[in-house]
Amino acid sequence: MSDPAPQVLVLVETVPADPATGRSGTVRRPSLEQLTVARRLGTPAALVCGPADDDVVAVLGQHGAATVYVVDAPEVGGYLVGPKVDAVAAVVDRGDVGCVLVTSNPEGKEVGGRVAVRLGSGIVTDAVDVQAGDGGPVATQAVVAGQWLATSQVVRGVPVIAVRPNAAPVEPAPVQAVVEKVDVTFAPSSLGARVVSRTPRATTGRPELTAAPVVVAGGRGVGSAAGFAVVEALADALGGAVGASRAATDESWYGHQFQIGQTGKTVAPALYVAAGISGAIQHRAGMQSARTVVAVNKDAKAPIFALADLGVVGDLHTVLPQVVAEIARRRA
Amino acid sequence: MHVVVLVKHVPEPTATWSFADDLTLDRAAVEGRLSELDEYAVEQAVRLVESGLDARITYLTLGPAKAVEGLRKALSMGGDDGVHVVDPAVHGSDALATSLVLAKALQHTGFDLVLAGMASTDAEMSVLPAMLAERLGVPQVTFGGDLAVDAAAGTVTVHRDGDDATEEVVAALPAVVSVTDRTGQPRYPSFKAIMAGKKKPVQTLTLADLGVAPEQVGAAAAGVVVRSVAVRPPKQAGQVVVDDGTAAAVVADFLVARGFA
Repeated sequence: MSDPAPQVLVLVETVPADPATGRSGTVRRPSLEQLTVARRLGTPAALVCGPADDDVVAVLGQHGAATVYVVDAPEVGGYLVGPKVDAVAAVVDRGDVGCVLVTSNPEGKEVGGRVAVRLGSGIVTDAVDVQAGDGGPVATQAVVAGQWLATSQVVRGVPVIAVRPNAAPVEPAPVQAVVEKVDVTFAPSSLGARVVSRTPRATTGRPELTAAPVVVAGGRGVGSAAGFAVVEALADALGGAVGASRAATDESWYGHQFQIGQTGKTVAPALYVAAGISGAIQHRAGMQSARTVVAVNKDAKAPIFALADLGVVGDLHTVLPQVVAEIARRRA
Repeated sequence: MHVVVLVKHVPEPTATWSFADDLTLDRAAVEGRLSELDEYAVEQAVRLVESGLDARITYLTLGPAKAVEGLRKALSMGGDDGVHVVDPAVHGSDALATSLVLAKALQHTGFDLVLAGMASTDAEMSVLPAMLAERLGVPQVTFGGDLAVDAAAGTVTVHRDGDDATEEVVAALPAVVSVTDRTGQPRYPSFKAIMAGKKKPVQTLTLADLGVAPEQVGAAAAGVVVRSVAVRPPKQAGQVVVDDGTAAAVVADFLVARGFA
């Protein structure tokens, strides 16, 4: 790190353009949050694995990415994780990268873990805050099912930090982004796990769960798949995403990709509404960082009430539709 | 075929955990168990053999003396033998060093298929399988929601439940595979199976046996230094109302006051 402001490389998550609908490519919100973090630590740079159309480059520049590295090769979509590791390593090999930031989700953490092994670097995952410090970035993690806060520093190699969604705000910081295409020679061992088929899921039209400012989640108390209609209605009234506890996804009342908790998604929205969720420790691990919590549960002893800023002891099937109606009435 | 399942002995999730003076989790102070998420990997290995795969199942763990309890639990569910890497120098190791030791141990045992759970329930990093694949130079097939092995073709196939899509992923063996808690409920061993598990062989290995120098592991070699740990400040207990027909109005008032509606 001889340069006073080395590059802080953000591995960008994009939603590629869809030629069928004419929709252009977009950058996922957590990557923009990481550009905010990158500006605290050095000179932000972005790495896009896959096509980077003009819209994607423009958005990255608007959020401070001075350089946008692009590795657009079929391998990055055709194999799990490995090609992206090669791509990050290729950019770091050019020198002047002082830190690598990835999203703390399964893929981001795995890319980060392998990059750390390859570079001989320390890695911190699940950072809920990252600030500049003496001797390198200081990362804050929520550990032990989110009940403790730990601060850590990487002391070896180029720090690799996996940053949770909502760890930093998205802030405009426009610069003229320079695109640099990077040719990567993929290692044979990086092309071992081949994606042989991909079945896209129908989109819900709601905000993405881990990035949504409002999450309304249902649990065992919802009682059935049909029962989730009242959860969805409140989510839509608040412009939020729908989540579910493991009890509900195990019953197949709601899609597994919406599960919040230790074995599902971790969310940190401004508002979390827990409907019919008791609040077992495994669930709390996934939503403990929510800033405001509203809980509705029939059981007055449910542990979720200890976390709630507002708790209602009552039947969610009665209360939720009434709340939707109240909101509509006040807006009318 | 040799299937090696990675298992971890972790503090009981419902117990109260604490940190020792060196800011490591105080594992001696709390009851432990086989990480719940590892049981899914054990279950998948046992089911592979039950469905006709000609394989030996070895469980591999790294941890202090009582980590052998995790091996015994796994052995009570099925499988053949255990390997316990135990060495005082390992204390304080980070993910980098842990992956180094486990990679060396896997080279020692040999393997065709390495199976792991989706995360440990203590550190919860979910990076070990990927790091092992990197160190061993073999494919990683992670977060499988199911698992199929074709011994004749020498391949492993999983389906992954992603946010935007479901993917089918195929890799040639040897490979490192992790499976999720969607793969099927782990069995509950009978008393007879527990007794049988106690009789299965467990080999103990030290770092020296694996050719790992003590200075390559432990806190001194860690790539990450923990500067502080603190209990997250407890949330102020909020207002709780019992619904008598007016709770919805209270909620709506609250949401409006906080700017959410």
